[in-house]
Amino acid sequence: MAKKILSRVEILHLADLAKLKLTEEEIEKFRVQLSEIIGYIEQLNRVDTENVEPVAQLTDLTNISREDTSSEAQSLTQAQTLQNAKTAKDGYIRVEALFTE
Amino acid sequence: MELNYLSIQEAVEGLKKKSFSALELTRACLKQVKSIDKKINAFLTLNEEGALQNAKKADELIHTSNAIFDSRPLLGIPMGLKDLYTTEKLRTTAGSKIIENYIPPFDATVVRKYKEAGAVFLGKTNEDAWGHGSSGENSDYGPTRNPYDLDRVPGGSSSGSGAAVASGECLIATGTDTGSSVRLPAVYCNLVGLKPTYGRVSRYGVIAMASSFDTIGHMTHTVYDNAKVLEVTAGQDPHDATSSPLKVPKYTSYLGKDIKGLKIGIPKEYIVEGMDPRVKDLTLQAIEKLKSLGATVKQISLPHTDVAMACYYILVPSEVSSNLARYDGIRYGGPRELFGAEAKRRIMLGAYTLSSGYYDAYYLKAAKVRRLIKQDFENVFKEVDVIVAPSSPSLPFKIGEKANDPLQMYLSDIFLCPMNIAGVPSLNVPCGFIDGLPVGMQIIGPHFQEEILYQVGYKFEQETEYYKTRPKL
Repeated sequence: MAKKILSRVEILHLADLAKLKLTEEEIEKFRVQLSEIIGYIEQLNRVDTENVEPVAQLTDLTNISREDTSSEAQSLTQAQTLQNAKTAKDGYIRVEALFTE
Repeated sequence: MELNYLSIQEAVEGLKKKSFSALELTRACLKQVKSIDKKINAFLTLNEEGALQNAKKADELIHTSNAIFDSRPLLGIPMGLKDLYTTEKLRTTAGSKIIENYIPPFDATVVRKYKEAGAVFLGKTNEDAWGHGSSGENSDYGPTRNPYDLDRVPGGSSSGSGAAVASGECLIATGTDTGSSVRLPAVYCNLVGLKPTYGRVSRYGVIAMASSFDTIGHMTHTVYDNAKVLEVTAGQDPHDATSSPLKVPKYTSYLGKDIKGLKIGIPKEYIVEGMDPRVKDLTLQAIEKLKSLGATVKQISLPHTDVAMACYYILVPSEVSSNLARYDGIRYGGPRELFGAEAKRRIMLGAYTLSSGYYDAYYLKAAKVRRLIKQDFENVFKEVDVIVAPSSPSLPFKIGEKANDPLQMYLSDIFLCPMNIAGVPSLNVPCGFIDGLPVGMQIIGPHFQEEILYQVGYKFEQETEYYKTRPKL
């Protein structure tokens, strides 16, 4: 079976999906390394998983919920929420413009 | 006896007898940190003022009555917290430059539990950034060195925690274990390290790596200490919907119980050619010792062991790519360019395996194989009470040896990641030394039966006493 080799275009696509900016050197380095890793994980194909239920989560717990009320224990004040945001101003976090004229 | 090398049990006895104060104990640990941490690089943030305050408060409480230790079992005990643990007002970096200056506005649930138990927070320990690694070399703040040999790795990703306890900088340190990350530093640093059952300890406030794999563990010198700490950390948490409502046993009450007739399974897939033969021999000798203590030993099989790594490296990067999406540099932290190489690799791998067109072939397939691996363990536990296996195929390796080969680095976890896939608990217990370097074995049990791991580990430890060995620093 031919080993999967990622192309430069595929690496750029993944970087875009993941919002990562890569240098030229990184693009090539990761292309080689990721191809090798994907080549390794392809061995899962030889496992027979017909009629096997996938695992979504390991606990047997279902429908764990709480009352739909606010609790001080699970809330932060506005000041706490903003304390690590570099662009905090007037109680808001400023972000880059999404729409430009 | 140097105070900073006491076990928790010895320290509590000493504090009760007033042989020394909590302040003296904390000062001894701080002194050790200042003396050697330049060489080891175990701590990222030292909480000196806070620790001294905690210790003074502990002394005040101890002077009221020794009964205080019933409600605060870790009173006055200096500890390190892996930098994935969110600590209010104390810088938390996850070993990454992305949140280099992040000061959390809240405590993780386990941090709150350690505080309520009276522990003294010495500081935050170094780690592979975001938990991505098996050696500590992926820290954005420089690697931590193994106290037993400064040219070698202490194991990762909870590298700083392992090195800190082993070098007498603190008496206990916390970690997370997603694929090996408490047990590998435990084995490389001659410590008892627990990966609890998934859901036994709350994950709330511990920075997420792979949410269906992450477990919240800790490292200590002795089995008693380890069991005592789990009594503090385990339990359901309304902030963590995956935490179990099962009652928390008094783990320390199982220590000293006989293991006569206990059935131990040795998985044939774990005693393999590729291992260091000296490590293999030492592990087999340890198994003989368990037999001499009355246990019966038989060979069992975990047939899907050979595909566990492949399964792991599809599911975990997928969950990682999702969990690291929150680091947008807007609400906290710096821009995504600051991610290290390993983080970028895992994020992109996850983006690949989850992307449209590939999801079925990779993620869904791996989720099915996960079911088979989980069933392997469940089937074996119908025949035996615990499984015993080597923790690492090799001795602690040299810094730089695997750094340029990510796939080689991943294979260090080969004996350890299947337990995270299945969610079962596993305890690393030291089982000897080769050329002065520590070797460990893991005791693996059914879900939520950590007490059996401690029972077996304790019997072995009392016979062998490897915890008495210290690194020559």
